[in-house]
Amino acid sequence: MRYSAFRILKEALSGHKGWTPAWRDPEPQASYDYVIVGGGGHGLATAHYLSKVFGKARIAVLEKGWIGGGNVGRNTTIVRSNYLLPGNEAFYELSMKLWEGLEQDLNYNAMVSQRGIMNLIHTDGQRDAYRRRGNSMILHGSDAELLTAKQVRKEAPFLNFDNARFPIKGALVHRRGGTVRHDAVAWGYARSADQHGVDIIQNCEVTGFRIENGAIKGVETSRGFIGATKVGVSVAGSSGKVMSYADMRLPIESHVLQAFVSEGLKPIIPGVITFGAGHFYVSQSDKGGLVFGGDIDGYNSYAQRGNLPVVEDVCEGGMALMPMIGRARLLRMWGGIMDMSMDGSPIIDKTSVDGLYFNGGWCYGGFKATPASGYVFAHLLAKDVPHETAAAMRFDRFEKGLVIDEKGVGAQPNLH
Amino acid sequence: MIIPHPLLGPRDAQEFTYLGDASLLNRPDWQAENADAAFYDYQYLRNNPAGVHRELWFHEQGDRSWLIVTRNTVTHEILGAELAVDVARDMSTKTETGV
Repeated sequence: MRYSAFRILKEALSGHKGWTPAWRDPEPQASYDYVIVGGGGHGLATAHYLSKVFGKARIAVLEKGWIGGGNVGRNTTIVRSNYLLPGNEAFYELSMKLWEGLEQDLNYNAMVSQRGIMNLIHTDGQRDAYRRRGNSMILHGSDAELLTAKQVRKEAPFLNFDNARFPIKGALVHRRGGTVRHDAVAWGYARSADQHGVDIIQNCEVTGFRIENGAIKGVETSRGFIGATKVGVSVAGSSGKVMSYADMRLPIESHVLQAFVSEGLKPIIPGVITFGAGHFYVSQSDKGGLVFGGDIDGYNSYAQRGNLPVVEDVCEGGMALMPMIGRARLLRMWGGIMDMSMDGSPIIDKTSVDGLYFNGGWCYGGFKATPASGYVFAHLLAKDVPHETAAAMRFDRFEKGLVIDEKGVGAQPNLH
Repeated sequence: MIIPHPLLGPRDAQEFTYLGDASLLNRPDWQAENADAAFYDYQYLRNNPAGVHRELWFHEQGDRSWLIVTRNTVTHEILGAELAVDVARDMSTKTETGV
């Protein structure tokens, strides 16, 4: 069923009796050509592009819980293409371009809102670093603009410009960045993939791989064995656990990241504002809640919940940046499990097992990458060669000293 | 989280900084034939278990000792803590005596 204004009108006049489920709930078949492990944003996007763009069939997505229940429903909905390094920025710019055409591609309202993202500057050194980053972004086809303190004040007058430790001296603005309704991304991709013949199988946990003579034969699941010619693993925080079934150790640690939403307020925050020096960022959802967060907790975790010290730290960052936030009440907070890689950048690559492919190491930045991650992973699965924008995101980059370390902090995942 | 420090008793985890898997104590021999492969393994690869995890914590805001904390990564329950220096000494004694 195609969604349109005409359809809504028709359904309104006929008592809304004609709506059908957005995707089927099929029983798993005995075997598939492509099995995607993980029905999160990336897995569903992979299935969508694999079927629609690369024209493949006999595809299944296996999800241990339900669609939209993992990190795709737990993030702070920010999309941006403002990376520095050549191995990364071309990929994120591809992602931004896919976001811009996503709703037409999926025929689904994902509420893509390019309301801009502002990274605040507090020192001369930071201004130099952001000018360099902005130039890199522009060279990769993205957009960047350097604002003075006066220009920032015009756009966000409520900030504390005269903080004694971190006075605001300007900002780097990325106008095409913004937010996207995260659940709608999962649902939109699921619906489109389903329409292109993909079986989305929920409540189906992968518990092992069947590997014979170094080649993948299928996956063991909580609903029985499913044969597969190619298996793509896209399970974010569970990467270490799932790949251990193939006896692989990864350059990844799982950490917990917390996010927060305030009660609904009238529109106050124009776009996304990041306060890197204070480990705090904030935006406002269409429902009015302030959506904000900070750093990861900093220790290995699979718990999907964090501890109070980081809550305090994030709220202190918020108070330092915009003291008026102290008047808002915290409505909800939650945690998600991040697959923190050793250089802070993702891995989209083949593995040492024939037919087994891996997509992970997204750290806390997986949501913005969803369309491009799905696109290039589908490209890799379909053609067995990496997409040009993801050619650097390889497993062997650590061994060869070709890390993509945006922050330059080395192999210390809790510092990325 | 409260860490049971072997010398100082129960301490808030906030006093500590976190390094990672306790396997980082097993620094490979830089003169070995396969040193490059061993250091790649040491530096980058992790078991990353969902469950019991032995890990290095540094008591930065306290007595500045390194601890090995045994903790469940699924529940955040802390199962024990020992001085890293004791563990390292045991490891080197075993290596020297060939045990």
